Amino acid sequence: MTYKIVSSQCTACSACEPECPNVAIYEKDGTFVINPKKCTECIGYFDDPQCVAVCPVDNTCVIDTSYPRYQAA
Amino acid sequence: MLEEIQTEQLEEVMQQIAEHKGCGTSSEGGKASCGSSSAPEDMAPEVWEKVKNHPCYSEEAHHHYARMHVAVAPACNIQCNYCNRKYDCANESRPGVVSEKLTPEQASKKVLAVASTIPQMTVLGIAGPGDPLANPEKTFKTFELISKTAPDIKLCLSTNGLALPDHVDTIASFNVDHVTITVNMVDPEIGQHIYPWIFWNHKRVTGIEAARILTERQMQGLEMLTERGILCKVNSVMIPGINDKHLVEVNRAVKSRGAFLHNIMPLISAPEHGTVFGLNGQRGPTAQELKALQDECEGEMNMMRHCRQCRADAVGLLGEDRSAEFTTEKIMEMEVEYNAEGRKAYQEQVEKERQATVAAKQAEIADLEAEYSDVKILIAVATKGHGRVNEHFGHAQEFQVYELSTEGSKFVGHRRVDLYCQGGYGEEDALPTVIRAINDCVAVFVAKIGGCPKDELKAAGIDPVDKYAHEFIEQSAVKYFKEYLAKIKSGEIVHVNRGDADIRQGAYIAA
Ligand code: SF4
Ligand code: SF4
Repeated sequence: MTYKIVSSQCTACSACEPECPNVAIYEKDGTFVINPKKCTECIGYFDDPQCVAVCPVDNTCVIDTSYPRYQAA
Repeated sequence: MLEEIQTEQLEEVMQQIAEHKGCGTSSEGGKASCGSSSAPEDMAPEVWEKVKNHPCYSEEAHHHYARMHVAVAPACNIQCNYCNRKYDCANESRPGVVSEKLTPEQASKKVLAVASTIPQMTVLGIAGPGDPLANPEKTFKTFELISKTAPDIKLCLSTNGLALPDHVDTIASFNVDHVTITVNMVDPEIGQHIYPWIFWNHKRVTGIEAARILTERQMQGLEMLTERGILCKVNSVMIPGINDKHLVEVNRAVKSRGAFLHNIMPLISAPEHGTVFGLNGQRGPTAQELKALQDECEGEMNMMRHCRQCRADAVGLLGEDRSAEFTTEKIMEMEVEYNAEGRKAYQEQVEKERQATVAAKQAEIADLEAEYSDVKILIAVATKGHGRVNEHFGHAQEFQVYELSTEGSKFVGHRRVDLYCQGGYGEEDALPTVIRAINDCVAVFVAKIGGCPKDELKAAGIDPVDKYAHEFIEQSAVKYFKEYLAKIKSGEIVHVNRGDADIRQGAYIAA
């Protein structure tokens, strides 16, 4: 799995962008998005997914279940 | 392009702007009333030197200078119950997502364009929409760009303090003129009801622990700044039932760590803001509750009462929102040439005017000293600035309130009423709204007023006074007070204490 940003809720505050250890977050068309290929759910870096912890709008950075669970290499 | 703006609009601009339409600015208030040259007892002389002509802190200077904010810092590292990040924050003059976000390059160009057109723009602040120090690269890049071209513009920033200790040295290296820290508590027990969480060391921390870390970092940052001689102001939001009593303690804590001013602002809270406090019905204080707390803290420290909580990125002065003239699109097309000469000439002119205002007031006060009375009254003044009674009652978007006693006149705050006579909206119930906002005042000074509102004001016990049109405010106020005392003596009127007044709710978002 990976995290994704619910774009209708994102205020584009950019707080998550610099927190991501994998540089998976970027701005696109006025909201922020997560590159599923880069997101590791913060596994290997932090106990909590950073985007979730810093986001001011609850339930905006959520698990994207359409992807398989991330496997640490 | 700019040339055109200058020739066509300069005169108008001068008129509107010179008239003290500053944003979020504040006065030194307190014992040393504005323009007095002596330092307040509890302020170090070197601090007073920096402060007395400061556009944000001297009420005198405030009538003539303006500050602007640029929204370059969208990210935040804490959550407050009075803030909803989707909207412009009504409590901390922070623009929210509805305000235009700028890159440091856009922001600096905007600042230079505005400063060249509006010579009274002397202070540039970064306050959000998030926390400037949660966006350190953007904040400091903006400072760097501006200080290169316009070293005469004072820089300031406003922070929640969580990241402050990490950036004090950078702040010092940019010659930042002053830093504002929002301190709503020094007791984590109280803090947990204001801050649901903070983002700290890669974790979301909640409850008492979050408030404990926040207050420690705020106090540490404050101490580090004052050690380096950087002016430090503290803002507090007064939240009745949560921190209202506690703010006296906050006042002591910040003063002992060297903050030179403490600005207590009323909570602005309404359900439509979508904030936790707005939704759970937490009320803001009334005008008298706010004044009582400010008075109580005044003995401890100089209070600021000038803060208007207006929209932070409003260009220009005092509530007048000129942002539309300076949209990013228009700015990016402009050829900006920084007009240092013009700015200097204007500012010298302003100095002369200020001195005239002060002299007029001093002259009037001179023979008041002989009088003795414990009568204190409040008066409301409709003004466009320049320290004069020069606004039509129906055009006033806010009233300045002065307290008069045998000690003289003292500015004690603003009352927002927004446009009451603007055709089309709310004319029916507008006048009662105005009356409620200045209900604790004995009189209202105006440049002009219609017959109808005049009668209604009288019926409400407020004396509409237009005889001081275009005179100096404080000089007129003292004159009026002398007459008032004389009338009490002769039995013509009986002095009664007036009731309380409303603080207008709603974010200051001009269309
Ligand atoms: S969960 Fe971690 S790795 Fe994935 S996007 Fe969020 S911050 Fe980046
Ligand atoms: S922190 Fe949340 S609201 Fe802010 S940009 Fe990231 S997803 Fe959007």
